[in-house]
Amino acid sequence: MTLASKRRSLSLRIIIYIFAALWLLIAAFPFVWTFWGSFKVELDFFSVANWTDALTGERTVAEYGQPFTDAGYEGAWIKEEFWRNVINTFIVCFFVVCTSLTIGTLGGYALSRSGYRYTLILLIAALIFRAMPPITLVSGYMLPFFEWNVWGILPTTIIVLVAINQPFTLWMLHSFFQNIPKELDESAKVDGCSQFKAFRLVIIPVMWPGVITTGLFSFLLAYNDFAITSMLLSEDNRTMVPQIAAFLGTTYTEGNVMFAVAAVVSAAAPLFILVLFFQRQIVSGLTAGAVKG
Amino acid sequence: MKHSTFIWFFSPTALAMLLFIAFPIVSVLVQSVHAPHKAVLVEVETCTPLVGCTKETSIDQEATRELREKKPIGRFIGLEIFTDRGHLAISEVKEIWSGSENFNEFFKKIGNLPFYRAMAFTLTFTFIVTPLVVIVGFLVALNVNALHERLKGVVVFFSLLPFVITPLIGALVLFWMIDSRGILGSAIQWIFADPNLSLKASTGLMWISLIVYGVWHAAPFAFVIFYAGLQTLPADQLEAAQIDGATRTQQVRYVVLPHLMPLVSFVALIQLMDNFRVFEPIVGFNADAHAQSLSWFIFNDLGGETRQFSSASATSVLTIIGVTILLLPVLRRTWRDFMEKST
Repeated sequence: MTLASKRRSLSLRIIIYIFAALWLLIAAFPFVWTFWGSFKVELDFFSVANWTDALTGERTVAEYGQPFTDAGYEGAWIKEEFWRNVINTFIVCFFVVCTSLTIGTLGGYALSRSGYRYTLILLIAALIFRAMPPITLVSGYMLPFFEWNVWGILPTTIIVLVAINQPFTLWMLHSFFQNIPKELDESAKVDGCSQFKAFRLVIIPVMWPGVITTGLFSFLLAYNDFAITSMLLSEDNRTMVPQIAAFLGTTYTEGNVMFAVAAVVSAAAPLFILVLFFQRQIVSGLTAGAVKG
Repeated sequence: MKHSTFIWFFSPTALAMLLFIAFPIVSVLVQSVHAPHKAVLVEVETCTPLVGCTKETSIDQEATRELREKKPIGRFIGLEIFTDRGHLAISEVKEIWSGSENFNEFFKKIGNLPFYRAMAFTLTFTFIVTPLVVIVGFLVALNVNALHERLKGVVVFFSLLPFVITPLIGALVLFWMIDSRGILGSAIQWIFADPNLSLKASTGLMWISLIVYGVWHAAPFAFVIFYAGLQTLPADQLEAAQIDGATRTQQVRYVVLPHLMPLVSFVALIQLMDNFRVFEPIVGFNADAHAQSLSWFIFNDLGGETRQFSSASATSVLTIIGVTILLLPVLRRTWRDFMEKST
């Protein structure tokens, strides 16, 4: 590419930088705007009179004496007890990621080391399962869950999310384990290890990069889910995303939209931190899927 | 690996998928051909001395409850739900077919049936968003690839945000901006000099904003894939093209695009599957008056006080059939790849 960059004319370079700036604006501006606006009162965030009110916070000053207020956050976190939903979300995500990785690693490893025809059938079945919109499965869950009296509690949702996670986890880890040379565990088996011991002693120490990448995507799936959590959790056990959806129903009528805005910013913050620290893993995970898929 | 070892390793994940994916699909199929029990009616004859005897029909609460408890799935009704007005609406379609004079009129009337209206939105969304995502992702990837080395990391960081963000949250963030009192909403009103212009009031504008959301959310995914593909572009091919005097457009057309073609089909297929299930933006945009999708129907049937399992299940079955049709090309390719590898 060095040759190309040397020949780039000035006008082309300007166009490139303008386009990049435009793209950055499109990708990031909505978040910046919402973050800024979450410290204002509703009449500033949704300003009929003048859009610059949202920047300067005219009404916020009039109401609180300063251009920033944490009223939205206070309302969401303390009055509406959003912290309960935050805790629920992290419980769900923690157990989903741990369980999903444990059973997914075993399964993915087995798929990568067995050359029989049925591995392909299993992988294709997993692909079909991956394509099922989760909401289509929900109607299948609800009646049995009501019957067994397990509807609405966190463990049920965790198990369901683990299962829905499995097809993707299997594909990802399967292709990852295929890149670990078979000779490693074969030689351990020649030395007298059982398959499981070979897995434990030889494969586990070298598998972490792939497992961490897969874990990130499992986390995102559990964290971002709306269809399952909104349908399978009772009001007391809601995680963040269905709670935000519920805020919309109540706050639009009560005029506390800023609670929802504050909750949205709070729920988005962990994802930002995640991207900040794991950008490389996310990119490599996405591209690994593309190369193999 | 021996069969028995394989089973030991694979059984936990197989069990999870069997119980919570395969079994629910069966359960959905079964529920879609059942409806709740009708109430058991009893005739009671009450005789009062002067008036005489009257017969009254009333609901036998106890027998009804007993029947429901004994067979919670309901009574078998066959494909009745699939053909009713809320789903495929077979008889209505036939009526419209014979009643309309040309195709325009036919499609217009079909569009008033809920299932076909939702289908129209789902398909429009899927087949507009998918190509746009590929195009925008490709342009951004080409662009970022030409940036200075230090800037690339920053751009990739911000580009990932719309993609990793929770769909419902992403939809809300955009929705609040395009609200008629939000910054984009006011800007649009100002541009068109129409103070009453509101996205919420117009079906066309609502569809456009949902599509904008879809592209905004998924373009980063395409961008990251294509960007990674560009890193593996063989430099000698590009140099050879440059020496032959290829213009920049020709280089992109004849060297870069063919190199990225497998990735384009990968992104397109993933996008087809994901866009077909469009659902969260409709909730976030509060758009159900203007745009419904199959997934939204299921959500709507299951939520609320009256949970309509049969109707939701029938829609689920239809959605699953749709997804399978979209998926067939991928399945064929996977099968072929594996066969080539194993032989």
